[in-house]
Amino acid sequence: MGLTTNSEIVVRTTAEGAAGRAPLLRIQNVAKSFGKNVVLRDISLDVAEGEFLTILGESGSGKTTLLRIIAGFETASAGELWMGEERLDRQPPYRRRVNTVFQSYALFPHLTVEQNVAYGLRVAKRPEAEIVSRVGEALEKVKMSAHAKSKPSRISGGQQQRIALARALVNRPRLLLLDEPLSALDANLRRQMQVELKSLQREVGISFIFVTHDQEEAMVMSDRIALLRSGELEQVATPREIYGRPATAYAAQFIGHTNLLKGEVRGGVVRCGLLTWPAALPDGPALFSLRPENIRLAAGNVATAGRVRVRGTVRHQAFHGATELIRVECGDGMMLVVRTPGSGGPLDAVELEFSPTDAGLVRESPERI
Amino acid sequence: MFSRAYKAAVTLPPLVWVTVFLLLPYLLMFCYSFWSVSESQTIVHSWNFANYGELLRVDVYWQTLLRSMWIAARVTIFSLVLGYPLAYFLSFYAGNKKDLLYQLVIIPLWVSYLVRAYAWKTILGSTGVLNTLLQYVHLTKHPLEFLLYSPFAVVLTLTHIYTPFAFLPIYAALEHIPRNLVEASHDLGATPGQTFWKVIFPLSIPGVVAGATFAFVLSLGDFLAPLLLGGPSGIMISNIVVSLFGAAYNWPLGAAISFCMLLLVVSLLVFSERLEKKWSFS
Repeated sequence: MGLTTNSEIVVRTTAEGAAGRAPLLRIQNVAKSFGKNVVLRDISLDVAEGEFLTILGESGSGKTTLLRIIAGFETASAGELWMGEERLDRQPPYRRRVNTVFQSYALFPHLTVEQNVAYGLRVAKRPEAEIVSRVGEALEKVKMSAHAKSKPSRISGGQQQRIALARALVNRPRLLLLDEPLSALDANLRRQMQVELKSLQREVGISFIFVTHDQEEAMVMSDRIALLRSGELEQVATPREIYGRPATAYAAQFIGHTNLLKGEVRGGVVRCGLLTWPAALPDGPALFSLRPENIRLAAGNVATAGRVRVRGTVRHQAFHGATELIRVECGDGMMLVVRTPGSGGPLDAVELEFSPTDAGLVRESPERI
Repeated sequence: MFSRAYKAAVTLPPLVWVTVFLLLPYLLMFCYSFWSVSESQTIVHSWNFANYGELLRVDVYWQTLLRSMWIAARVTIFSLVLGYPLAYFLSFYAGNKKDLLYQLVIIPLWVSYLVRAYAWKTILGSTGVLNTLLQYVHLTKHPLEFLLYSPFAVVLTLTHIYTPFAFLPIYAALEHIPRNLVEASHDLGATPGQTFWKVIFPLSIPGVVAGATFAFVLSLGDFLAPLLLGGPSGIMISNIVVSLFGAAYNWPLGAAISFCMLLLVVSLLVFSERLEKKWSFS
């Protein structure tokens, strides 16, 4: 991984590369406006069979709207949805082989847990014996068999969450949509559910489109992340790719911490404040993302070969347990955030080192409304 | 939290009100129902069940009570049949016209009851709007007599007057249904029809029960519509009570009938409240 490859990052929206199969869902040039308010702009995205795709974005980025368009609760202003040979966006929601887990679960309050899970099979008029066995299986899968006869109001939020999941999965959809399903749970339960949800998805092999604003959640669970910003796709890539080689300044900052270095390239050398390093880039301004964990505290006076070294003063030091975050001022007002495994105590003047290959070129993220 | 004086100041006025204007009159009425009227037209304070016996023995009383209930039942059914679709349409499909249409449903409630009852009189009378029109287009030769001064006229008028009362709680119940439940139902493959019967209607039952109770109780005790439009065949129990307290000067019997109605209405309210509770899930 070098600087040159960094500069050639393309937003990869096709799923074939990721899973090596024909896409299950193809989103083509989808746009949506509410009156004058543009919510989604020209979204194209493929979802592979069995893939766990996360749509990540801040509130107002349009992620829920995109999900609702796939489910059929909203109509796209432009663009098409294809599921195999079938034009999905022309179908009403009740004809789509897509099920949704709602943010607030949307369990039917007048039905028992069991009746909630059976709902989809009942309206499809499946034979009663089949309904009973499939509902039983689904409840078992989410470990809720003991609560089959309860009303939703009698069980906890986490349990309601499981029921919502069982109610969707029991219909064996080709695609499951999840709208911030974990956001109502407390932190511990949330982490536990992330793991459970992921392994459940592996087990059933159904494609998941998971909407969240939590970048950590997205990293933990996804095969690929589609980062949405103000109604446009910023980057679509695997968690490792998007973290290791963010395409834009926004992606770099939104997913994990980063140091954004604004530099100037001249004659194959990047100059950024007091820092310089060689780079095979055309002359002109350039923006780099350097992750805090890629900077390390150096000992001795001689720089390691091929590394950039700089002296700085520690301005702030925060202990995070396994690691420490240190803010270092490196002259010229430049502030670098460094993540290091335990420093052993308060620091003052430090020597920092990083490898130029870790400073990835990113595009500016222009302001959008 | 609050001082004693404050609590007293807040609770006392309603307490006095309820005692003076509700409890005491009811108690008095209850006492009257056991008394009797002497030959010389004075109230005799002799305690017995004669009035209740008469209520059961004399055909006109219990028959009128039954007819009143039958009229009220029909009014209830028609009010629900009209009110429910209206509320459903307003709540789910009226979009930004919702508030306007809601006001249109409410506005008739601001018009005097008497005016609305009289309006039906001018519509249904033998020289009224409807009969004139029917003869004009040669559908009938003579005015239709059954239109006015009949149970039909009473049911029609009461339905018109009490439909908004049935509509309001149904509308409120429908408005309370989280829309994501409807989406969830569609999402799970239910057609709009299935969604209505399996989700929307069951969740609106408390509103239906409340609306039905309003329509039934209010029309059961109505006396103006039968007085103005009922004729001899459309008389209701309240008309009898009114005449017993008035021209007939038999307050004890009037009180006995009133007390029976009160009992009927209260047990109905208790029943409907239980039903509403059973069907509410929030």
